[in-house]
Amino acid sequence: MATPEAAPAVFTSNDGGKMADPEPGDQAGFPHDLYRWVLPLDNLERPPEKIALGRALFFDRRLSADDKESCSTCHDPEKGFTDQLPTSMGIHNQFGKRNAPTIVNANFNSLQFWDGRAANLEEQIHGPTFNPIELGMADEKTVTEKLQAAPEYQRAFISVFGHPPNYTDMAKAIASYERTQVAFDSPFDKFINGADGAITDQQKRGWSLFNGKGRCMSCHGWNPTQPTFSDNRFHNIGVSAHKSDFVELARKALRVIAEGGDPQQIDQLAIQTDMSELGRFLVTKQPHDIGSFRTMGLRNLFVTEPYFHDGSQATLWDTIDHYNKGGVQNPYLDGGIVPLGLSEQEIDDIVAFLKSLTSPRYADAAEREYTAQVARSKTDRPQRDVDAAMGIKGRNDTGLSGPFGDIGPGQDQMKENPALIGGD
Amino acid sequence: MAIRHKSVETKYMEERDAVLKGLRRLDRRSFLKVLGATMGAVAAKGLMPPHSFQLITLANAAPDKDFETKSAEGKRPFTFAYISDTHLYERTLNQRFVRAAVKAVEDVNALDPQPDFVLFGGDLAQLGRRAELELGKQILGELKAPVKMMVGEHDWFFDMGEAWRDLFGPPNYSFNWKGVHVVTLMSVHEKDFWTARKMTPEQRMQTVAGLDNGIQSRFEVGEDQLAWLEDDLDKVPHSTPLLIFSHSPLYKYYRNWNFWTEDCDQVQDLLRPYYRTTVIHGHTHQMLFNQIRNISFYGMLSTAWPWPYAPQGLPPLTVQMNRADPFDQFDGVGDGQFEVRPDGLADKIYNLWDRNPVTVKATYLTSRGQLDKPSKPEFASY
Repeated sequence: MATPEAAPAVFTSNDGGKMADPEPGDQAGFPHDLYRWVLPLDNLERPPEKIALGRALFFDRRLSADDKESCSTCHDPEKGFTDQLPTSMGIHNQFGKRNAPTIVNANFNSLQFWDGRAANLEEQIHGPTFNPIELGMADEKTVTEKLQAAPEYQRAFISVFGHPPNYTDMAKAIASYERTQVAFDSPFDKFINGADGAITDQQKRGWSLFNGKGRCMSCHGWNPTQPTFSDNRFHNIGVSAHKSDFVELARKALRVIAEGGDPQQIDQLAIQTDMSELGRFLVTKQPHDIGSFRTMGLRNLFVTEPYFHDGSQATLWDTIDHYNKGGVQNPYLDGGIVPLGLSEQEIDDIVAFLKSLTSPRYADAAEREYTAQVARSKTDRPQRDVDAAMGIKGRNDTGLSGPFGDIGPGQDQMKENPALIGGD
Repeated sequence: MAIRHKSVETKYMEERDAVLKGLRRLDRRSFLKVLGATMGAVAAKGLMPPHSFQLITLANAAPDKDFETKSAEGKRPFTFAYISDTHLYERTLNQRFVRAAVKAVEDVNALDPQPDFVLFGGDLAQLGRRAELELGKQILGELKAPVKMMVGEHDWFFDMGEAWRDLFGPPNYSFNWKGVHVVTLMSVHEKDFWTARKMTPEQRMQTVAGLDNGIQSRFEVGEDQLAWLEDDLDKVPHSTPLLIFSHSPLYKYYRNWNFWTEDCDQVQDLLRPYYRTTVIHGHTHQMLFNQIRNISFYGMLSTAWPWPYAPQGLPPLTVQMNRADPFDQFDGVGDGQFEVRPDGLADKIYNLWDRNPVTVKATYLTSRGQLDKPSKPEFASY
């Protein structure tokens, strides 16, 4: 353990600037108890020296095979700790198959990655470090040697951990830094704390739709164990159904995994192959997980565009259009995905509400992106399918048609309920 | 007369608005108290290990170590799948249950290897209309494996089985399969409660379709069919394993809901001389298993909705399934498979669509819960 008197190590890497500074703990809506409960037992202590070391490592390009990439390549603090690309680019300009999730509030994810293949942030770091098209390091020994060759890390690791650098402690230090990126304190948090004027009337309408007609809360519910608006479960919402034959792909995956199945293999299948679309299934091999991905949190969405696991949706209007029409039909579509019958005004209201989840640090950037998305929503709506959303026609050429209870305005409200015919 | 129907969803939205208005009136202190109590309850249930707070707990199948060995030695193992209680309305009225039935068909068609046959467990239709049954026949027609049909009360009481017989043949029959004698019963006959009340066919059907309804009589196999069963079993040696399919449970679970067959004791008496007997039923829409003397009973899942467990009479060996997510149409429902072992007993796989599958070994029931206990879901039940 470092003592306060120890001279701080001087790091040579970029520190990411102001946007990468640790966030304060006194934010409205910050769930202090939960934050402590989800810390891993072997990385509970987080002195400033450990966080500073983690921050230096996070931005250090020497931790990649070509000395050109770092964690911050795909988790850029200026972009809400994402890369704002559909899918991410690693060493030698190679693109993977998945969208880079933000590390902001990632401490609250019960499992890491889109498919939950890592239990916590320490374990998550293993994935990109050794994936051949991300940071591309050969093995833990190579990482350790690179760290030991840097005098400032020799000093810092001895100061923080009491011994020279090694891979495991590197992961602990980086995770400790990542846990300083906690962003609450949004207008919504202030509203919930009693400041009625903290959000606009439109945002209030959106919050009501979010919890009602829009059904957003069935996966993105906000409550004390879900402060980031994620149920931490895995759902098939039909994002990639149109480009995959899930059953065939799943059989192929089982054959491939049968010969290996170690975490490294799963990581490579997820990042580098078409099996990426199988999502959680690659981890659990349970059919109900085919095409399922983790429910993402909803805070600061206007700095983490584009959306979904493959970054396939450019705006939040597109994502809501996707839900509004009932997703894309496939045999493993989650049972909660149904046409919503949301009108244009209601979609606008929900998106406006989502903006109220923006933390102060990202407010300016979010305002710019919101304005851009509003403009785009007036002209460019590739996912929009009003007839499907309103229940006027069946979804996605399934051959099914007809109204859905009283969900959509397309329903004939005066139609006799068949369950009551002849009843007493 | 047209009735303006307000769905559960509409009511929910209204209630939710009321709650939200109430929330705004809550002062900060009481609000934090609510939050604190919720977190305490969650922590007390052990749902938050140090670095994970995933709120789903899954019942797991006990690992099967010796099945493969036994299969290799024996001469009889085979599997069959089931789909049950689809409760289809006409396509123009409701596509929710159509979607679930289609999903079940796709699910079973994805099984590799394919099952020997698929049992349909009854209640194909919701209101007994021909168009509902025809739609069901069309959907089940997509199955790759042969289908064995069973009738439920929702298929029957509009026209007293006329359309069902036209489409699928006689409702009770038997056949032999790989050394097992299989009997499908029509267990949902009812005594005439409608003539005296001058009910229309619609009213009769609607009455039977109600869950908690004192007007209708109880389900029964009936004397004619009991005689037929006695005659059918007369030719079957007692050493032959029996598989009996019935829509209602052939034991007494909960009378008020017709989770019950009035003359089940007489059926059980006919089955008693057989060493290995498995009865598989639909109707109850839940994970349900029971052992009475030599007979193992399994309830099938529905594709349409899960019923809550009845307030009394639940067989003690049943491991209850978790409370279903009300927003998730596919939670608490599903389909399943039976693996008939070389000795003729059947292991049952409950394929809950949005949970991990749960396997209930035949030995769990025959040992009265001493062996191969399926792990209990941690969540409270209904």
